[in-house]
Amino acid sequence: MKTEFSTPHSTKRRFRVLKEFLIKAFLFICAASSVLVTVGVVWTLVVEALPFFDDVSLSQFLFDREWTPLFENAQYGIMTLVCGTLLTTVIALLVAIPLGTITAVFLSEYSSEKMREIFKPILELLAAIPTVVYGYFAMLFVTPLLQKIIPGISSFNALSAGLVMGVMIIPYISSLSEDAMRAVPLHLREGSLALGASKFQTSFRVILPAAFSGVASAYILGISRALGETMVVAIAAGLQPRLSFNPLESTQTITAFIVQVSLGDLPQGSIGYRSIYVSGLVLLIFTLVFNLIGQLIRSNMEKKFK
Amino acid sequence: MIVALVILLSLIIDMAMTGMPRISSHFFTSFPSRFPERAGILSAWVGSFCVVLVTALMAIPLGIASGIYLEEYAPKNIFTKIIEINILNLAGIPSITFGLMALGIFVYRFGLGQTIITAGMTLGLLVLPIIIVTTREAIRTIPSHIREASYSLGATKWQTIWNHILPYSSGGIMTGVVIALSRAIGETAPLITVGALTFIAFLPTAPVSDIAPYLSMKWLTDPYTVMPIQMFNWVSRPQEEFHINAAAAGLVLLTMTLLLNAVAIYIRYRFRKKYKW
Repeated sequence: MKTEFSTPHSTKRRFRVLKEFLIKAFLFICAASSVLVTVGVVWTLVVEALPFFDDVSLSQFLFDREWTPLFENAQYGIMTLVCGTLLTTVIALLVAIPLGTITAVFLSEYSSEKMREIFKPILELLAAIPTVVYGYFAMLFVTPLLQKIIPGISSFNALSAGLVMGVMIIPYISSLSEDAMRAVPLHLREGSLALGASKFQTSFRVILPAAFSGVASAYILGISRALGETMVVAIAAGLQPRLSFNPLESTQTITAFIVQVSLGDLPQGSIGYRSIYVSGLVLLIFTLVFNLIGQLIRSNMEKKFK
Repeated sequence: MIVALVILLSLIIDMAMTGMPRISSHFFTSFPSRFPERAGILSAWVGSFCVVLVTALMAIPLGIASGIYLEEYAPKNIFTKIIEINILNLAGIPSITFGLMALGIFVYRFGLGQTIITAGMTLGLLVLPIIIVTTREAIRTIPSHIREASYSLGATKWQTIWNHILPYSSGGIMTGVVIALSRAIGETAPLITVGALTFIAFLPTAPVSDIAPYLSMKWLTDPYTVMPIQMFNWVSRPQEEFHINAAAAGLVLLTMTLLLNAVAIYIRYRFRKKYKW
């Protein structure tokens, strides 16, 4: 469009138009390749997992009460792994939701601009700590501590893994919730304060409900984070798939199972190899559902405040 | 919030107290060993470095290019929308499923085996969304009158991007790159599934040699181990002595990632001061 001012039909101009076009095409291919990655993930999981059901019926998969695909008389009850995953996730959320919400309220309503400048980067740093380091904390610091408080707790247990995982996802929850709370219009705060409400009442009864959809989507993203977390549970929660919700015993999550199998040497195409893809697929479905719900809630919120 | 910080600080101090005595030049220059006092992290940190190099070469150009396309070129249509939703979802997929994908595609289908290039590409795909999102955010802060001024002087779209948009957003983009790489250094789970070995007592082939053709790419196809996997290996051993090694390795790992993140925060701070629209 701008090039119309240069001499028409000059080779220089044609070259320039061609160059612009090629650059645009190249950039488009780069951007589209990210879709290929997703397709690759889903496609691989499905293709490698489907032959699993040649050997195992769906009802076995859903209703068996044990998960022992690597043993002699193998059982394939995915529910035991799902149970372990849910258990550690729930414990993590019991820690992360209250602490994350309070942190967000503090950062958004109580702290000054200066304090926020200091605290936000620190929270980001927390999110940057490698998960294997958190796993070390869970096993060699939290578990011995718990053993002193609760005698009889197993040396691998869901409780310590869940607690540490909770601390780990606080930054995710607090930063998204804070964004949502800061987006609440100022006049709501002023209206509440003008009616004589205290700062505490304003924060928790006006701001938090007003920002609810944003906060809820933060919780949901926290949940999907906790479901997919691997190293903490692989190190500290043990390798015993169990169909129980006792946090003091060892348990096994989907992710920990995948790690356990991958550490051994599995021939491609064996039932053990298929089993990690099946469990990975279950995990992917869980997290995708939660992610989609989170995004829906968030886009609803964005519409509301426009 | 203070509670959480205090807990974490105490954890880190505890790890530092346990691991500090083990950290010496010997620890950095020795291979892992059956004897905890003699074991070191030489192969682990060299491996981490090589893997992250591959990750960077893959993810940085791809990520920045995607970010530019989505911000500057993308028409508002259904396909753009699909790419955007897809990137959001990609960031939410558990890292271990990336590992499963890489095991199926890179290791078996492409026959790349359990090598540095597989690991680097896996992590590259994993951190791609981080770079795309930060690139887009950085570009979005540039006001449109900059673009219009450039066009009105006769610059083409690409000239505008290359000479103006990219330089002005480079601070934000660099922040994203550094954060992405620090994430890649600390990531463990996907590398376990693509088969990083835990006991490697040799280094990858040197990239330079004194015989022709002087440069060798063979290191890309060598087996490897990385820092977090070495640490995981030591943590999961029952002997107490190895846990000290794990603490020391954790300390090194933590220092590396926190340092990188501090750099990222600093870059962002500097650039925010430099450009005020």
